[in-house]
Amino acid sequence: MANNGFEQPVFKIQSDEMQRLLDALRQNGYRTLGPIIKDEAIVYDEISTVGDLPRGWTDEQGPASYRLVKRNDDAYFGFNVPAQSWKKFLYPSERELFRVRRDSRVQSPSENRESSLKYAFIGVRPCELKAISIQDRVFTSTEYKDESYSGIRHGLFIVAVNCTSSGDDCFCASMKTGPMAKRHFDLSLTEVIAPSEHYFLVEHGNELGASFVRGLNATEASEAEMNVAGDLIERAGKQTRRIEIDRTPELLSARLDHPEWNVVAKKCLTCGNCTLVCPTCFCSTVEDTTDLIGSFATRRRKWDSCFTLDFAKVAGGNFRMTSRSRYRQWVTHKLSTWVEQFGTLGCVGCGRCITWCPVGIDIISEVQKITET
Amino acid sequence: MSGSSKIKKPKVAVFKFASCDGCQLSLLDAEDELLEVTDSIQIAFFPEVSRRMLKGPYDLGIVEGSITTPHDVEHIRDIRKSCGILATIGACATAGGIQSLRNWKDIKDFVHIVYASPEYISTLDRSMPIGSFVHVDHELRGCPINKYQLVELISSLLNGRKPQIPTHSVCVTCKEKGTTCVLVARGIPCLGPVTQTGCGAICPSFNRGCYGCYGPMETPNTSSLSSRFLELGLTQHEILLAFRNFNAYAEPFRRESESHEK
Repeated sequence: MANNGFEQPVFKIQSDEMQRLLDALRQNGYRTLGPIIKDEAIVYDEISTVGDLPRGWTDEQGPASYRLVKRNDDAYFGFNVPAQSWKKFLYPSERELFRVRRDSRVQSPSENRESSLKYAFIGVRPCELKAISIQDRVFTSTEYKDESYSGIRHGLFIVAVNCTSSGDDCFCASMKTGPMAKRHFDLSLTEVIAPSEHYFLVEHGNELGASFVRGLNATEASEAEMNVAGDLIERAGKQTRRIEIDRTPELLSARLDHPEWNVVAKKCLTCGNCTLVCPTCFCSTVEDTTDLIGSFATRRRKWDSCFTLDFAKVAGGNFRMTSRSRYRQWVTHKLSTWVEQFGTLGCVGCGRCITWCPVGIDIISEVQKITET
Repeated sequence: MSGSSKIKKPKVAVFKFASCDGCQLSLLDAEDELLEVTDSIQIAFFPEVSRRMLKGPYDLGIVEGSITTPHDVEHIRDIRKSCGILATIGACATAGGIQSLRNWKDIKDFVHIVYASPEYISTLDRSMPIGSFVHVDHELRGCPINKYQLVELISSLLNGRKPQIPTHSVCVTCKEKGTTCVLVARGIPCLGPVTQTGCGAICPSFNRGCYGCYGPMETPNTSSLSSRFLELGLTQHEILLAFRNFNAYAEPFRRESESHEK
C-alpha cells in the first residue's frame, strides 16, 4: 500500500461513467438509492440517472443549522452527510411484525419479505459505512438476529464515496471512522475534479464489486492520480472537532454526577431528533392494535427514542423521569457503555446530532466540558 | 336499547360545549371505519347526527368544546355522572380552545361590544378545559382531532386494550416520514419540538413550522425553544403569539406566552 492510502488495484473512470454504473446496477435488479436535493436539503432517495444527484451543490452545517450552497464546480459528491442516514432503508421507521386472527392462527406477513430486496446504496460515506457495520453487529448477530434487517442487508450493494471535504460538524477523523473507507464496501469511489478532467478512482472490495468495474470504461489509475486523490482525502480529515476516544468512555462513566448534565438538561428539548438522525441508534417500540370489531390484532415495530417518556416506563414507574437522566443515558451509551455492550463505540462522528438538534446542543462541547473539567 | 337484549351494545353519547363542531364532524368523517361497528355500538345521543336522543347512562361519552358558562359547569357534571368512560376531544375540550384567548382580557369588554343587551349574557370570565371540572379518562388533542386517533380510541375501548396515542414530540413523526426539519434547514420557527404528535406532522411536510395544534408534548421545554426563536430573530411579541394559539391555555404554553409579556 502506498502512503496515499489506496490499495491496489485502483482504477480510474471518467465522471460520465457514473451513468453506466447506475445502469448496470439497475439491469442487475438493484434499486439504486442515493443523494438527491429535496426540500432544501440533500437526502437519500431513489435515483435512476446521474441527473438526480446533487451535482454542483454542497451544504454548510453547524449546530442547529443546515443550508444548501452552490459549489463553483460540478462535483457529484461535493457535500457532507445528508439529512437522514441510510438507516431509514435498512431499518424502516415502521414495520408490521405479524397479525393474529381471533381464531388464533398467526399470520406472518413478514415472511421473507425483505430477502428479495436488492438495494444499491450510492454514495455511502466512510462514517456511515462504519455505522452500518455497527448496526450489523446489533441486528445480525446470531443470538438475536433481526430477519428484516438481515434480509435487506444481505441483498445490499454498497458504493462508498470517500470524503474529499468535511463539514463543520464532522469529527470522523478523531473517531477513526473516516474520511477514507477501508472495508465493508463493494465499490469505493473517490471523486477528483482536476483542471482538465473530472474522474473517479475506483476500488473494489470483493469479486461482486470487481465484476461491475469490468463493465466500465476503466483504466488503471496512476500513482500521481492516487496521490492527488489521497491529498484530497487527507485534507478532509483535518477537522477541528474531535473526541478523545481513548479516554472518553472511562471518563464519562466516572462523571455521572458532573454539574454539566444539569446545564445541558435545561437546554435539551427531549424531542428525540438526535437519536432519530443518528445512524447507529436502533431502539424500537412494539405497538399492538386491533381493528374496530376485534377480528384481528396487529403488532408493529416502530422507531423509538430514549428521549421519550414511555421509553423508560416499566411496571412500577419510570426510571428516567428527568431530561438530565435521558440525555446522560444517550451520551454515555454512545460514547461509553456501547463499548462493553458491543465492543465498539456507538458514535461514528457524522455530526448529525449536532446539526439537527433544534437548539444546537453540541455533543463535542458537552463531552469536553464533562470530561475535561 | 332494551334490557332483554342478549349482548349489551355499548351506548355512546356525543356532547358539545363551546366549540366549532369540527371535532365531532371528524366522527362523521370516519364513517367508513365506523360503519363496521354499527352492529357493535349504539349511538344513543348525538344531536349533530340524529334527533333520536336516548337517556343515559352511557358507556362512553365523547365531549367536544370548552366550559364557558355557569350552565356548562352543571351540565358537564351531570354528563360525568351519566358516562362510564369520558373522553374529551379537541383543543377546546382539552385546553380551552382558541376562545381561551379571552382569558387574558376582561370579558365584560367583549360582551358590551358584541351584544346589544349584555345583561342577558351569563358567562364565566374564562374558557376552561373539561378536565378543570370533572375527571377525564381519555383525551384526544388537536384542532381539529385526527380521525384515525378517534377510531383508535374507540377501537381500543371496544376491545378492552390501551389506546395507542403517543405523547412525544412532532419531531419523531417528521423523522419517521423523512421530512427535513424546517427549523434547522430553513430557519423557520416551528413548535414541533414542544408539541404532541398526532396530526401526522402536516405543516412541516408543506415547509411550514408547526403551529402547535396538538398542544404541549409530554415534557415540553418551551423556554429553550423560545431562546432559539430569539436567536432566529423573532421578537418577544412574536414568540408570545406563537404560543398563544389554539392551545393558548394549556399550562406549559400559557406560562411560556406569559413569560414573553412586556
